[in-house]
Amino acid sequence: MRVNFTVNGRPQEADDVWEGESLLYVLRERLGLPGSKNACEQGECGSCTVRLDGVPVCSCLVAAGQVEGREVVTVEGLADFAKQRAEGGCASGACGTSSQNAQGWDAKGSDSQTGEGTELSTIQQAFIDAGAVQCGFCTPGLLVAADEMLERNPNPSDADIREALSGNLCRCTGYEKIMDAVRLAAARQSEAV
Amino acid sequence: MASPSGTPTKITQGSQTKGGIGESTLRPDGTLKVTGEFAYSSDMWHEDMLWGQILRSTVAHAEIVSIDTSEALATPGVYAVMTYDDLPTDVKNYGLEIQDTPVLAHGKVRHHGEPVALVAADHPETARRAAAKIKVDYRELPVITDEASATAPDALLVHENRDDHHAGHVPHPNIVHRQPIVRGDVAAARERADVIVTGEYTFGMQDQAFLGPESGLAVPEEDGGVHLYIATQWLHSDLRQMAPVLGLPEDKVRMTLSGVGGAFGGREDLSMQIHACLLALRTGKPVKIVYNRFESFFGHVHRHPAKLYYEHGATKDGKLTHLKCRIVLDGGAYASASPAVVGNASSLSVGPYVVEDVDIEAIALYTNNPPCGAMRGFGAVQACFAYEAQMDKLAAKLGMDPVEFRRLNAMEQGTLLPTGQPVDSPAPVAELLRRVKAMPMPPERQWESSEGADVRQLPGGLSNTTHGEGVVRGVGYAVGIKNVGFSEGFDDYSTAKVRMEVVAGEPVATVHTAMAEVGQGGVTVHAQIARTELGVTQVTIHPADTQVGSAGSTSASRQTYVTGGAVKNSCELVREKVLEIGRRKFGSYHPAWATAELLLEGGKVVTDAGEVLGDLADVLEGETVEVEAEWRHRPTEPFDLRTGQGNGHVQYSFAAHRAVVEVDTELGLVKVIELACAQDVGKALNPLSVLGQIQGGTTQGLGVAVMEEIVVDPKTAKVKNPSFTDYLIPTILDTPTIPVDVLELADEHAPYGLRGIGEAPTLSSTPAVLAAIRAATGLELNRTPVRPEHLTGTA
Repeated sequence: MRVNFTVNGRPQEADDVWEGESLLYVLRERLGLPGSKNACEQGECGSCTVRLDGVPVCSCLVAAGQVEGREVVTVEGLADFAKQRAEGGCASGACGTSSQNAQGWDAKGSDSQTGEGTELSTIQQAFIDAGAVQCGFCTPGLLVAADEMLERNPNPSDADIREALSGNLCRCTGYEKIMDAVRLAAARQSEAV
Repeated sequence: MASPSGTPTKITQGSQTKGGIGESTLRPDGTLKVTGEFAYSSDMWHEDMLWGQILRSTVAHAEIVSIDTSEALATPGVYAVMTYDDLPTDVKNYGLEIQDTPVLAHGKVRHHGEPVALVAADHPETARRAAAKIKVDYRELPVITDEASATAPDALLVHENRDDHHAGHVPHPNIVHRQPIVRGDVAAARERADVIVTGEYTFGMQDQAFLGPESGLAVPEEDGGVHLYIATQWLHSDLRQMAPVLGLPEDKVRMTLSGVGGAFGGREDLSMQIHACLLALRTGKPVKIVYNRFESFFGHVHRHPAKLYYEHGATKDGKLTHLKCRIVLDGGAYASASPAVVGNASSLSVGPYVVEDVDIEAIALYTNNPPCGAMRGFGAVQACFAYEAQMDKLAAKLGMDPVEFRRLNAMEQGTLLPTGQPVDSPAPVAELLRRVKAMPMPPERQWESSEGADVRQLPGGLSNTTHGEGVVRGVGYAVGIKNVGFSEGFDDYSTAKVRMEVVAGEPVATVHTAMAEVGQGGVTVHAQIARTELGVTQVTIHPADTQVGSAGSTSASRQTYVTGGAVKNSCELVREKVLEIGRRKFGSYHPAWATAELLLEGGKVVTDAGEVLGDLADVLEGETVEVEAEWRHRPTEPFDLRTGQGNGHVQYSFAAHRAVVEVDTELGLVKVIELACAQDVGKALNPLSVLGQIQGGTTQGLGVAVMEEIVVDPKTAKVKNPSFTDYLIPTILDTPTIPVDVLELADEHAPYGLRGIGEAPTLSSTPAVLAAIRAATGLELNRTPVRPEHLTGTA
């Protein structure tokens, strides 16, 4: 089957999709967006978390056909998504991108080797600065989940953070630096307001 | 063929500060990892690539009567089906130490999930469905699952006709390796004991549960060779095991490290490496294999479950008299790292204590359970669980404070291990205990708020099972000792290639090693070492591959010590060559070039008095300096097979924990409130990364204390919970705050005085949590993990 949907503000078309394929598979293997991770493929680890019409979901549990006509934000689009939100644009992820912005998204340069020059969202920078990244396999899903929580709850308590991120497994860090990163991002966001 | 997408590239990192050792510089791969651009092995992609699938045995122990692949082969989209009969050479087994593991089963399977056949197809689902069409006729055999069934007079042999180097000294062919350690006179020492305590302890089978599944991409090359992009812990060890099976010389098997999503020991053994290469060579197409989580539980070895039988004695003034212990590790169907795990478990079975009279025995069994091998802590974890329970029992029996009792018996620098080897660097065991005990306690009843009980802070959490009723707090302590580096005479070297040149007017150092960056931050530290030694800010980290010599394994807490040591050494050799060039070019301008001790700092050549002699960019203009050199720590010796005596270890790492738990005694639910750690790290090369290692290791210890266990049916030897639905690892809700007190007492034998740090915190975390639960409940609790039924008496 063919599936048409929007990923990170750009219309996408995936052809020859087998009905049993997950959104995660289509993102990773058909659209060249492997940032969403395949740690369990059974909805237990959260490493494949994306926003689907603004709602965080495990993309491994979403059948590809279910996303027809809908809007998906992955870790690859998180920085732009957060930037638009900060600029008062669409925060829900459901209102799409103008063709002009979409072209701009595509054209934006970054150093593909080091990532230097890449504009990061507050939560992405906080994960680096706080030491919340080790192997990094859980990181994309945690970033999407944490960003969504901070959108809803800009001043979370520690218990709020733990509750919001309880669907995302990390095996390296013991979560302490992830807590630090989310606290740091919340503080930086509130300073910026 | 063209390079696949996801091919690792060089990463260059600058630094606005000196960025040398001791600073918390940030990961050079951090930006790539937070943007989703960092390519893990499962992200590799090649045009026209096929997907490989492995058919695994559905039973644990059986003869294979027949395999029929015809229907699978006839499936549209299938390019190849391979069984044992398709292996290209006479080498059909592999293994880390003993080559007992079949690439594909031949005539027999020895554990549940053993690889039997391979399929390559154009879609992963096609490959899975085709594999399901392969008909394997098994004739089941009785299963061997424990010591009694392994050593019974009529026991079937898991491996017949053993000819490995342990076969001659083990008491039974179903015992992989046995290491006794005897020292002093236990019978006489036992007479001096005023109290004697015994215990029988059980340690469950833990899984590494790294998040990045086993995966890789094998690309056939025009010269008949193959290029494998792979997540592993040791490229050269994989290569050594793979090449003979593939029938290729090692230089035709090129290996590049792809992104690794954690390891913790579970990637020391081969998983899909040979299978992907076989399919690629057979089909002439790139082949990608990615395990799902279910398969991952079958695709790597686990931590050895163990039975530990301990007897300690002590005098009434609290001095340990003797230790008798027997440690039985279940190695499962194949040897993997079992012999080395036996060496560790036996030599560290006393723990960080002074006990002069010992009678120790450790064995690893061959059974039909899942194969067990390396996992963070490697034999020392199981022993620590037992000896720390014993320390608490002794203290209780003597009416002493458990921390004071430990401090009274704590090892110090100069103490002899039971192997007779002196601990010849700082061993601040008593100090770590003092520090962890002195840390402030978390407040009582922290769940209370003005709006009533915050159930998220209570056992049971949002299940809302208690508002504090039946909740009892307990506090427990533990301390452990872990060896660092490969022991028992292993030639544990590493190689580093360092280049220095001028790029765009600025001096740049490039560090190229085969070290597997698995998340630990080795790449961060390599850049820091290069900056410290070479006075540059820009450092380029070359992707790890087999175009440079071996870096050894990312295991045994050894990489910062050994590959870090190799990078330091190669940098020093590069520095000498740079200074030679400087003397040649500019020596006539300033006498200090010939007379002073010269350093490279801030992009300049300076004297030890701080005088600047010139810019590195000028010295290196038109020059490239490159050195590739091996580096070794001091050698070790094997343990004597009869007495266990020998200088077997390189270095030691010590950590102590204090656990504070709250237990809902009615429902048997445990909430760990805080898990404080004090650890000596020698020298923190990157303090932020050090904390990350200690907190991560602590959490893996917490997991095996209260939830993690691979459950194997004792009747069938089949795994019952191979998923993250049924095998639980700690979430952020299960994990408490982990305050850390870092001590830095230099080990003069090690580069910069550092200590390997990754494993020690995994040791003492588990027994500290168990001690705290015992303190809360008054129960004996001789097994881990503890489940609710063990606390409610309904087990």
